[in-house]
Amino acid sequence: MQPATACASSGLTIPWLRRCSSLRVKCSTSQRAHCASTSTADTAEPIEPIEPIDPIETDPEPDPEPFKLKPLPYPFNALEPHMSKETVEYHWERHHRGHVDSLNAIIQGTEFAEMELENMVLTSYNEGNPLPFFVHASQVWNHDFFWETMKPGGGGNPSGVLKYLIERDFGSLDELAKEIQNAALTQFGSGWVWLAYKAHRLGVGNDINPRPSKKDKRLVVVKTPNAVSPLVWDYYPLLAIDVWEHAYYMDYENRRGDYVSVFLDKLISWDVVSYRLKNAMFRASKREKMEKREMLLDKMKEATLRVKVRPTPKARPKMKRRQY
Amino acid sequence: MALRSVVSRKTLAPALRHYRSLTTFTLPDLPYDYGALEPAISGEIMRLHHQKHHQTYVTNYNKALEQLDAAVSKGDAKGVVQLQSALKFNGGGHVNHSIFWQNLKPVSEGGGEPPHGALGWAIDKDFGSLEALVKKINSEGAALQGSGWVWLALDKEQKILKVETTPNQDPLVTKGVSLVPLLGVDVWEHAYYLQYKNVRPDYLANIWNVINWKYASEVYEKESA
Repeated sequence: MQPATACASSGLTIPWLRRCSSLRVKCSTSQRAHCASTSTADTAEPIEPIEPIDPIETDPEPDPEPFKLKPLPYPFNALEPHMSKETVEYHWERHHRGHVDSLNAIIQGTEFAEMELENMVLTSYNEGNPLPFFVHASQVWNHDFFWETMKPGGGGNPSGVLKYLIERDFGSLDELAKEIQNAALTQFGSGWVWLAYKAHRLGVGNDINPRPSKKDKRLVVVKTPNAVSPLVWDYYPLLAIDVWEHAYYMDYENRRGDYVSVFLDKLISWDVVSYRLKNAMFRASKREKMEKREMLLDKMKEATLRVKVRPTPKARPKMKRRQY
Repeated sequence: MALRSVVSRKTLAPALRHYRSLTTFTLPDLPYDYGALEPAISGEIMRLHHQKHHQTYVTNYNKALEQLDAAVSKGDAKGVVQLQSALKFNGGGHVNHSIFWQNLKPVSEGGGEPPHGALGWAIDKDFGSLEALVKKINSEGAALQGSGWVWLALDKEQKILKVETTPNQDPLVTKGVSLVPLLGVDVWEHAYYLQYKNVRPDYLANIWNVINWKYASEVYEKESA
């Protein structure tokens, strides 16, 4: 409740009045009329003229940090003893933050600053001819994904739809682990190993599957070099293992295989993977419906264009009747 | 006697037809102690780099060579092609690291001494000065994304020195058949992570204290003759 104030012009205490001394607009119309009739223009404080606002100057300054470093979902030491506090701290604080800072430095003030991170990854990949900031955008996305794939006290077994699909597409969880190990050890150099949901049977992005069947929507293990992720191939990533040496060197030295098997046994959060799978299946089926609808609309449009108007019958000379 | 020779020839012939000796490789010894390159490169890194990484490349290369031999004998073209990436990676790793150990020398034995003679003049001619060359190698090394190597190479055909980078364990010849490696700097993370963490530029700045320019000069003089 506003305290009662006195109208500077008339001296009357008017409870609804807030500040009326010079800003007469605060009063309602009736009070304004009251003030106007009782006050003199001389005693009232002159209203300061408002400077015209230059529309260009009010544009906000470009945000120097379009992307912020996402905090970890757990403390640095939460993944001990499988991933040391030191590794997690250096990985997040130096590598992940370094990419965020580099990305911000490059895209600040450009049209990319408005984009969602996933869109930025796809755009900057530029179909195999990556723009200079692709590595930073993609590594930021990859690392966010990586941290969320792990959890303290992780491991165990998958369940539900994920378990069903793993058994259908790989045979068993052990077979999947073997494939992931193989991918990690044959990723020669730095890179990532992924489990992804592949909606289309064909391995080419933007294709429409000509003969859809239930088995097309498969789980696949993929490995990618350096900063690339399977987003660029139109897959839906479900889990990520960072096999850049900085991710495991301090704990496992050169033993990448040991790191990957401990990751699958003790660090992975199958709940998160299941959630991502359900999300992927939903998005894939929605997209399929939309694509079918679009195809149908295109066909209908084509059909209408092809419809021929029946021509008027040609004028024929009347046949002469035989005279009998 | 004649019968025995006939029998032995008959039984030996099939074996001789398919017998092919396979040269396998072994891990070369370092010409200095693991701790001799401190403080530029720590002894722990040198030990792991040599005993674990290089040894793994040698072991896997030998394995790939045996598989290649088997595939070639059987005429398995698909198998031969599938082995190529493993051969390039592990073979390249062995080749590159063998050169790398020669490129380093403890300070007490002359590591870090600037090049004199023909190589020194060639560097001044092609890069302006040794500092300019070092700066170029450092900047290319720091900018290399992921894992790879930075090389000071002699182009035998054009008779000019070049700075090249190769990704992963690709040997220098993949950038040009006439390129001869004089100096190679390993910028894989395993080469510096334990000591320098993610600060690759510091590693590159410090490694020049233990670079063996004498070896580079010898190779240069031999190849440009």
